[in-house]
Amino acid sequence: MRDMTSDGPMVEFRKDLFADERDDNLNEVGKPTRRQDILGHVTGRSPFFDDHLFDGLLHLRCARSPHHHARIRRIDTSAAERMPGVVRVLTGRDVPVNLNTLLSLLDFGLDDEPILSENKTAYRGEPVAAVIAETEAQARAAAAAVQVDWEVLPHVLDVEEAIKPGAPAVLEIYPENKFVYHGKYDHQKLRYGDVDRALAEADHVVEGRYQMSPIEQAPIETCGAIAAPEQNDRYVCYTSTQALFFSLGTAAKVLSMPSSRLHFIGGTVGGGFGGKVDSVHEPLAILGAMLTGRPVKYAWDRAEEMQVGAPRGAERWYITDGVMADGRIVARKFTGYFDAGAYTRLSSYAIIKGVGHLPGPYTIPNVHADVYCVYTNRTPATAMRGFGITGVDFAIEAHMDKVAETVGLNPVELRILNAYRDGDMKAHRRLAKNCALIECAQVVAEKAGVTLSPQMKAASSLRDGGGARAELPRHTATDQEGRVEGFTATSYARKGGGDSPPTTAPPPRPASPPPAASRPSPPAPSQPAPSASARPEPAPEQATKKPARSGAMRFSSLSGFRRR
Amino acid sequence: MTIVETYPTLAEAARAMGRDAAYMAGGTLLMRDVNEGAGPARLIRVSDPGLTRVQTTGDGVRLGAGVTMAGVLASRELEVLHPVARLIGGPQVRNMGTVAGNLFAAHPYGDFAAALLALGALVVLAGQGSARPVEDVLKARDSAGLVEAIEVPRPRDPRAFAFHKVSRVKPKGVSVLSIAVHLPREGGRIRDPRVVFGAMGPTPLRSSGAERALEGHALDTATIDRAAAAACEGLAPFTDQIATEWYRREVAGVHLRRLLTRMEQG
Amino acid sequence: MAKTPVSFTLNGSPRAAFADPGQNLLEFLRRDVGDLSPKFGCGQGTCGACTVTVDGETHLACLVLAQTVEGRDVGTASGLARGAQLDPLQEAFMDHFAAQCGYCTAGMLISARALLDRNPRPTRDEVVEAISGNLCRCTGYEPIIAAILSVAEGRARA
Repeated sequence: MRDMTSDGPMVEFRKDLFADERDDNLNEVGKPTRRQDILGHVTGRSPFFDDHLFDGLLHLRCARSPHHHARIRRIDTSAAERMPGVVRVLTGRDVPVNLNTLLSLLDFGLDDEPILSENKTAYRGEPVAAVIAETEAQARAAAAAVQVDWEVLPHVLDVEEAIKPGAPAVLEIYPENKFVYHGKYDHQKLRYGDVDRALAEADHVVEGRYQMSPIEQAPIETCGAIAAPEQNDRYVCYTSTQALFFSLGTAAKVLSMPSSRLHFIGGTVGGGFGGKVDSVHEPLAILGAMLTGRPVKYAWDRAEEMQVGAPRGAERWYITDGVMADGRIVARKFTGYFDAGAYTRLSSYAIIKGVGHLPGPYTIPNVHADVYCVYTNRTPATAMRGFGITGVDFAIEAHMDKVAETVGLNPVELRILNAYRDGDMKAHRRLAKNCALIECAQVVAEKAGVTLSPQMKAASSLRDGGGARAELPRHTATDQEGRVEGFTATSYARKGGGDSPPTTAPPPRPASPPPAASRPSPPAPSQPAPSASARPEPAPEQATKKPARSGAMRFSSLSGFRRR
Repeated sequence: MTIVETYPTLAEAARAMGRDAAYMAGGTLLMRDVNEGAGPARLIRVSDPGLTRVQTTGDGVRLGAGVTMAGVLASRELEVLHPVARLIGGPQVRNMGTVAGNLFAAHPYGDFAAALLALGALVVLAGQGSARPVEDVLKARDSAGLVEAIEVPRPRDPRAFAFHKVSRVKPKGVSVLSIAVHLPREGGRIRDPRVVFGAMGPTPLRSSGAERALEGHALDTATIDRAAAAACEGLAPFTDQIATEWYRREVAGVHLRRLLTRMEQG
Repeated sequence: MAKTPVSFTLNGSPRAAFADPGQNLLEFLRRDVGDLSPKFGCGQGTCGACTVTVDGETHLACLVLAQTVEGRDVGTASGLARGAQLDPLQEAFMDHFAAQCGYCTAGMLISARALLDRNPRPTRDEVVEAISGNLCRCTGYEPIIAAILSVAEGRARA
């Protein structure tokens, strides 16, 4: 096969870097290869969910709230039911389990979101009824004929406004508009060393505020699903989902049926980028097929995709750095607000991932973070490419430039100076390994024509790490700020605690520490990040030791809970 | 539900029009509504191939109402409008969208209409004896009637006409604004200038301020400064998803200055 | 509501089907004719996933009234290959990784084919212009441009 790189985008393999760490006898990596599914793509034959034709296909469309926040006094579907072509109109009463939170499959978070809202809507575009009709146009017309008696409520669209006393409560189960972590705190904590003392001793204190707006994934194929009755009292569901088993588990829960009665077919996704994990189409399409006995398609049009499709959520970050005159960052303090929108979806998890990432790829001996998952009356947020990391990385790197300016250092040199080196202790109490930021920064400087000092040019991720830099802080300042009562840390989704895990989901978390007991245990997704707890500080990992874990593996790439 | 009626001539179509009907040419704007169930009860079409003809006349070119942007680009007679047609939509839209349809394209579309207005084009309407200025049709779009043809006068000096479209996405993007300028000169002085902005109001609008600043002057730095400063006079920009009213006001003069400077430097 | 019979040529073969009033060509081709290669992305003429040719010119099928293709010649990505013999553009897209999710690919190929039919040796700028009405959200345009240019320069293997 020809070398694709010759006239395509240039890819430069820097084999001079880390040459002794790499096995170059690879058969595929670094060589052009054809995707296995590409013949279908170029011939127009790849089977996207909507490329399955059914006789007698019905079309489902939702009637949606025009308000940011409103109580539903009454829903009158009688006019819609009389519209031409209408076969059935669904409301919340028709949904077997009309309350869900996506991560309940991982036993994380309280059920908070109706499939079709009956009492209240908390964002503009929230569905309150679903019309099933012979044609898409008839479904559209009938959805417009659903009459709702609304009592408009005050709304809040800003994260910091939402957590002020007296702000409208977006969700009744989180009255302070803050997700509750680990049954204990109204935010996710990271405590490592003593930031306040280090800030007091620093030569400079640099503060910054950073805001990232929501970002729509905007796949060219809008989200959707087609469900149809199958043999043996089963239902087949063709879906655009990015997370087939996640959608299967969610549908089984919402429809209160064993997943063995559901036959999900997916895998051909017309662009997802995280926007196709929320499993909102499959349950309604299947319910429609159950109640009409016919194939039912529920797909968003472009306007719905943009308006009610869950985006990457907005984030606001406040960062305070303590910096010495030579550019060493000795303290970094974060206050972060993730805008979850009206329902939790995946935002609570994004924060756990984000806090695990702090303070960015830099060795800073004192780190403190309070990060809030805040509910507002905006479209619920969900996954998107590196969610939980992207927003705070933008904040951190913008802040690094500000710090560089303050201490009069070249921004690239500031990064090299503070970068993780192999063997350094990270704020989440694991040792850094396979670091490469320094080398990346050096190559970037070279490409950009930035002259580095001989010292920075000679720096290496392989040297000067570990030793004292591998040590945990002698003292970590802890606190009980944001402590809440009335929540339990386990069996979240079934408030009060059920004992049977969902049959479709893997075990929610390891019951015991992983086998390699000498290694520090990584924070499980629903456990606190290392923080105020009285747990003994884990021993630093031996840099050369290979992970030696075995046994059943955890959930999917969605959660990122993979074994390393 | 939308039904479609196709007539052999424009005159018959004109008789069939009514409150419940819309005339469909290229369909690039109307079909969006039809797809969303918001189309008119009746779509009126005409099958007459004469509507897509380009004819040279004594002092200009007569464009059938149904000539597409691609049709404009294929005509050597219409070279002055090529830079405009090239910036309408993407290739597919240029194969579909028509010159007459562009007169009826709501904000922020209608950049071609801005150019027609700057060139002082006339609109021939079905069943009406004399052609009317583009301006009149733009002012009363809802009641204008059906367009048969557009008569574009040939500028004496093609370099006296210039067009600029500002969009965030390139090469195909919606207008933040567009500017079409025609500056006829007599003995080095500008006479009867036309400075038209697209996406700076509900229809393309003339900048009375810029035109006043240019009238009777040579195109020099001082004149350009005055025209740029007065650019927003006569315009009525508003906020949409592309840009705010404030932003459009801020940049209108900047872009006009750049365009006029380009013209000055030939 | 009365349906309209529509007879036309699809990728060189005569076809006939009934169109609903107001139905667009995209829905008509997909549901009633059974050619699933044009895709729905927006229904507003913005994304280009439904690009087809009508009498050799690229059109957005979502903005074409189905009944207006009566007697005309419609081309879709299904018709690019001649039996098992793929179009050189299809081969080039495969070699250049010019499709990731594949949803925009059929429309992209139609725009590229139309360009090369009219202009066999386009410049890079002309390629960019020719696909400017086709949005891609994941592959990135660079591999697509490279694939088209490779065919234009006669270096594809087909």
